[in-house]
Amino acid sequence: MTIKLAVPSKGRLMEKTFDWFGERGIVLTRTGSDREYAGAVEGIEGVSLVLLSAGEVPRELAAGRIHFGVTGTDLVQEKLPLWEQQIESMTELGFGQADLVLAVPQAWVDVDTLDDLDAAATAFRAVHNMRLRIATKYHRLVREYLRHGGVADYALVDSQGATEGTVANETAEAIADITSSGETLRANHLKILIEEPILRSQATLWRSRTAEVAEADRGVISEFVERLSG
Amino acid sequence: MITRAETLARAAELRRYFEDAGAQPVETPILQPARTLLDLYGEDIRARAYVTSDALRGEQMLRPDFTVPVVQMHMAHGAEPARYTYAGEVFRRQEHDPDRANEFVQVGYEVFDRADPAAADAEVFALMSDVTAPLNLRAATGDIGVLMAAVQGLRTTEARKAALLRHIWRPRRFRALLDRYAGRVPVSQERQDLLAKADVRIEAPLIGKRSASEILARVERLRSDARAPSLSSGEVDLLDALLNVRETIPFALEHLRDIAVDLASIASAVERISRRADALASRGVDIESLPFEANFGRTSMEYYDGFVFGFFNPARPDQPAIATGGRYDALTRRLGQGTEIPAVGGVLRPGLMLELEARP
Repeated sequence: MTIKLAVPSKGRLMEKTFDWFGERGIVLTRTGSDREYAGAVEGIEGVSLVLLSAGEVPRELAAGRIHFGVTGTDLVQEKLPLWEQQIESMTELGFGQADLVLAVPQAWVDVDTLDDLDAAATAFRAVHNMRLRIATKYHRLVREYLRHGGVADYALVDSQGATEGTVANETAEAIADITSSGETLRANHLKILIEEPILRSQATLWRSRTAEVAEADRGVISEFVERLSG
Repeated sequence: MITRAETLARAAELRRYFEDAGAQPVETPILQPARTLLDLYGEDIRARAYVTSDALRGEQMLRPDFTVPVVQMHMAHGAEPARYTYAGEVFRRQEHDPDRANEFVQVGYEVFDRADPAAADAEVFALMSDVTAPLNLRAATGDIGVLMAAVQGLRTTEARKAALLRHIWRPRRFRALLDRYAGRVPVSQERQDLLAKADVRIEAPLIGKRSASEILARVERLRSDARAPSLSSGEVDLLDALLNVRETIPFALEHLRDIAVDLASIASAVERISRRADALASRGVDIESLPFEANFGRTSMEYYDGFVFGFFNPARPDQPAIATGGRYDALTRRLGQGTEIPAVGGVLRPGLMLELEARP
């Protein structure tokens, strides 16, 4: 048995994660060809590396198939109900900061707040005989946020990518998506509502509460935890 | 541990009891077209009901309750007056509390009768009260109609009343609207700037389906709302006094009649409560000790618009109600395509009843 650590398998998130561990003397590398998702760990014994899509890390942690994993708060809270019971946050990594926000066309000069959005949605339904559509991949988080805020008369439509373009394409009237600088939103003529974001997210190291640990691996876990929190 | 067979046997017994009380037994499909439920409840229903789909029929939901299909059935080809009973599983998606069942058996009794609404309310309540009597449950009653009448009687614009009525079942937004209409919330700088402009132009590119005329129409509505006088603090206080009524029925009635002196619009709704109390008393319900809470029934995402009630296990405040029900005239209007009929009903959870009886 070894202790399994999962990190995002590509892009800037992977590189920054590698750097973060590297600064703590744990060297993560991808092995084999560029296309092969295999990796190696140096600088600590008994830990193996699993490369996963960031979106799969929460599920694998909750299922106990990995002991530690790096992914965003947004994905954990969207994908795992009662996440605190299944995994715990060990440390925030200080990158990958992004907010999950609601955005509407800049042309909507009458809409700044959730209160406005609710009123606009009701009027929209009366005119178009359909609910105002909000494109997102964060269905659970957005639905709960709007329920809590008391917004009715909307419908969520699924958008797994290029969400900012859905309004111009008339497949949605508003969007809820992750943004760090808001630049893509602005470029697509959208503005963020003047409200607290639905969620503030950043890359975080999580520990599974459900993964089994062999007696022999307990030492590895304490060394790993100590090196990373120090 | 209560077995499924035991629960179903108890459900069948209760349904027979309701048949003896004059109800006709009915069955409804488990798969319901998602559209009807989405039209009624909006996106929130997705958090409560399981959605499935196929390429032919599109999205469907596992029935989250019987009331909607029973109303549809009655509106399509029911004789009048009618009493129905049913028993079967309902399905509720659970995302927060792993201890809450996502599939359980309900037994219901629904009355579609124009003759005497107070008597029909009492009939349903008394039946639910009788079958749960050995369990020593805590009863709760309320009346959404009083609050609706209070809102309709406010001295403010029709637009504001419509918004408040739309959010009666969302207490947080209702409160936020009330505070805004009472001038208790500062107007944001953005909003002040917008309203100060003599002529509003949309400078950003217009994208999406919401048109410029819709945007400008709302700006007009915002302007006229800004010109409308604030809701007087006296009226807000009356609404608060109303929402805080929580006493046994005789005292609640006295209190509500006091409020009606200044808030005349609720007078006829209060008299309905009084007639219902008489009807309950003539069915043997002890109204001297029966509680009335003006706020009861507002937080459950439901369609009740008059009498509401629930029976709870006093030892388990964390548990859902063992029996609930209420009047849903507006639902028959929405599903009736031009027709409507006064309707009231209630449901029981035989599984929870058996658990409670099994306790030493």
